[in-house]
Amino acid sequence: MLLSNLPALQVVVPLVSAPICLLLRRPGHAWACALTVSWAVLVMAVLLLRQVALEGTVSYPLGAWATPWGIEYRIDMLAALVILVIAIIGAVVMPYARRSVMQELDDEHIGAFYTCYLLCLTGLLGIVVTGDAFNLFVFLEISSLSSYVLISLGRDRRALTAAFQYLVMGTIGATFILIGVGLMYMMTGTLNMADLAQRLPAVDDTRTVRVAFAFVTVGVSIKLALFPLHIWLPNAYIYAPSVVSIFLAATATKVGVYVLLRLFFTVFGVQFSFDDMHVGDIIMWLAIAAVLTGSLVAIFQDNLKRMLAYSSVAQIGYIVLGIALATGAGVSAGIIYLFNHALIKGALFMALGGIMLRLGSVELRDLHGLLRQMPWTVAAIIAGGLSLIGVPLTAGFISKWYLVAAALEGGLWPLAFIVLASSLLTVIYVWRIVEATCFRAAGDERPGVREAPLSMLLPTWLLIALNLYIGVDAEVLTGLADTAAAALVGEALP
Amino acid sequence: MQHLVDIVLLGLLMITGFAIVRMRSLLAVTMLTSIYSLFSALLFVVLDAVDVALTEAAIGAGISTILLLATVALTTEYEKVPSHRSLLPLLVVTLTGAALIYGTLDMPHYGDPNAPVHRHVAPDYIEDTPEEIGVPNVVTSVLASYRGYDTLGEVTVIFTAGVGVLALLGVHLRKRTEQPSDYHKLVVLRVIAKLFFPLILLFALYVLFHGDYGPGGGFQAGVIFATGFVLYALTHGLGNAERVIPPALLGILAAAGVLLYSAVGIEGMLLGGKFLEYNVLADDPVSGQHLGILLIETGVGITVAAVILIIYFGFVSRRPGGADAQDPS
Amino acid sequence: MSTLLGHYNYWIVIVLMMTGFYTVIARPNLVKKIIGLFIFQTSVFILFISMAKVEGGTAPIIEEGYSLYSNPLPHVLILTAIVVGLATTALGLALVVRIQEAYGTTNEDDIHVQDETD
Repeated sequence: MLLSNLPALQVVVPLVSAPICLLLRRPGHAWACALTVSWAVLVMAVLLLRQVALEGTVSYPLGAWATPWGIEYRIDMLAALVILVIAIIGAVVMPYARRSVMQELDDEHIGAFYTCYLLCLTGLLGIVVTGDAFNLFVFLEISSLSSYVLISLGRDRRALTAAFQYLVMGTIGATFILIGVGLMYMMTGTLNMADLAQRLPAVDDTRTVRVAFAFVTVGVSIKLALFPLHIWLPNAYIYAPSVVSIFLAATATKVGVYVLLRLFFTVFGVQFSFDDMHVGDIIMWLAIAAVLTGSLVAIFQDNLKRMLAYSSVAQIGYIVLGIALATGAGVSAGIIYLFNHALIKGALFMALGGIMLRLGSVELRDLHGLLRQMPWTVAAIIAGGLSLIGVPLTAGFISKWYLVAAALEGGLWPLAFIVLASSLLTVIYVWRIVEATCFRAAGDERPGVREAPLSMLLPTWLLIALNLYIGVDAEVLTGLADTAAAALVGEALP
Repeated sequence: MQHLVDIVLLGLLMITGFAIVRMRSLLAVTMLTSIYSLFSALLFVVLDAVDVALTEAAIGAGISTILLLATVALTTEYEKVPSHRSLLPLLVVTLTGAALIYGTLDMPHYGDPNAPVHRHVAPDYIEDTPEEIGVPNVVTSVLASYRGYDTLGEVTVIFTAGVGVLALLGVHLRKRTEQPSDYHKLVVLRVIAKLFFPLILLFALYVLFHGDYGPGGGFQAGVIFATGFVLYALTHGLGNAERVIPPALLGILAAAGVLLYSAVGIEGMLLGGKFLEYNVLADDPVSGQHLGILLIETGVGITVAAVILIIYFGFVSRRPGGADAQDPS
Repeated sequence: MSTLLGHYNYWIVIVLMMTGFYTVIARPNLVKKIIGLFIFQTSVFILFISMAKVEGGTAPIIEEGYSLYSNPLPHVLILTAIVVGLATTALGLALVVRIQEAYGTTNEDDIHVQDETD
């Protein structure tokens, strides 16, 4: 029974545990609940990936209603991979969360915090597994509303304004998606994505469908913080509690990318999206702008969280660059990049959370000579930074390698050049961290500052280890990504 | 005739909308927003969407207005003149609007019975509902059964909002019973409110259980139920209202509604069906559907009512100027 | 002419939507922004409900004597969307209240000034 209902349970388990978490009054109990659920979600994600790898796409009719009348859960390789990313990050961040949350939040908010975390997890997973365009909107709102709350729980009052700005932009994005879905429905009479894919070609020369496409694309671009719609992102990441920065940076924008892939390749089809609408050209320019401006701005930041946030803007650019190529190799590179970047950014933000716990600041000038006092944390930042640059034997190298290869395959050598050039920019801002933490003498004494607790160090290093492992042996990941990409690009071919 | 009503209502909406942009008194804008919502509800009636009209009137014109009023009372009544004028917003809006108008050109005409939306999927809902679900209100059957999973998502959304407001504003119990300052002037109001209070709750239950046959269902019932308490709190003071329904209970109720809904879904799985499959809940599928719909609508009603009260208490327990009602620091 | 008759409903709805959208992005007052979102969303609801209408149809509650019903599906979607809208409004306003408490203002420009001088 459990296995046959796995697709539903993947979302229902965190959904049900959220209200339970609220009922558990004690902060410790709420944390234990969130931890157990996160691990259960990881187990289910692995089982689901295995099922998809063995049997192909899994479909699950909710309420047992046949499609397109009922809502369908549909999990292909891409969905299974993205679920795995979310599940890994959730499972790693929860053991880490206890200390960090205890220090950064008031006791009375901790129950609500874990409840919102579970709701956010539910929303993100729900977006990925669903095969229904409107159901996607509903779960998008669950994840968005809970992220607004999570961000607003940050200590600084600017967390409130960051959450408000995100709420306004996020709601505009969601409303754009709603308009787009409405127009799609208007022209086809269906909301099921597979059914839409079948029915849209008959009407895809209408102006209504083109506008629908434009609206969902813009709406999703806000969610995934594609340049120039990224302005909500930096403040949201900076002023949120550390655990929220980790979780959102590693998962939320990735899910946005997933939705983009789903729309371009599954719902509208390669031909319409890229040949008729030329979306590839548009997002390629935006992605290049994102890569360059994100990296450039990151260089000049003195707050490490802000630096990493702008770095995220750039990294999202790389991922979108792969998608913009619209080839099997390009999309595969995008998916590999998405996976690896979640691991890298997760690890980096985790290390920052450790520093935040001990130092209460992540300003570069406060970090001078930190290597002596927090060697493992600083080492994690350096290892993560190397992966971010794309040094061989790290996951970052694999993603950039495949991206450059895909660009060259498409004959776009200037693109490969841009990737390399912006990697140099990454070297600069990573070097700034190295210089401050390793080579500058501490200006004033920091008595009592010591290594981050083991409960935070271990999860951080677990992600770093995964990074290094993928850097050495990426075969499984690239194999799965190739399968996913082939299905996406091939699916739409007549 | 219908077209005329339609055009007049749309015209009124437009006038209200423009007034909302232009006016700077937030109190006036709040009232206009309420009116805007009410006009939309009227339009929904004209467009045959009776369930939506009921919900829009209760939520848009009712609860949202109360929240806006509470916020305006806690912040400022007049909007400042913007320090700088920028053409960018106007440009963005014009472009977006132009794109949408461009998109309308190939749309099926308004009311056209041959539009794709009326040919695919939806007709089957209308045709199969009497047989498969056995309720006359097709909106209820789609909402609670065919697309019941969306509705679970939606209850989760409102639950999220409840948790969010709880975290942001908190709900604080008052030690002493506070009464409105003009408590004694409100005798007539209080007597009438007291008379209405049980009637409103009764009406909420009617809307809940009659949702299968006419407009109504869990959300509408939940909103109406909560409105009853809001009225009571307005006329009898927050302290009294909180004694009738303690805030600590509200969090539990909000969670209980979501749990009830999910439990129905899980029960379907335990009985060998899919998640949210009601057919397996009873011996024959149609009674299973009835039972399932009744239970999930109750779950929806409980969560919606509880969350709205959490939100309401959250807003009104704040004091202007920033200090918390409980802790005047 | 038939285009005009067939689409005037949608065109007015688009104007309404843009009124709300403009209020969100152009007005510096946070309460006004939330009101703008509310108007924007409510207008999108009207778009959905308009497409559900069938000329000569009636409300989708099956009864003897009627055979033509308006499309129930958009109604269901919008019921969901209304509740989502309420959740957003409530959360947005709660944030506004907290911002007022933390900054003493709900004007975006003033908040920027305060943040920059920090």
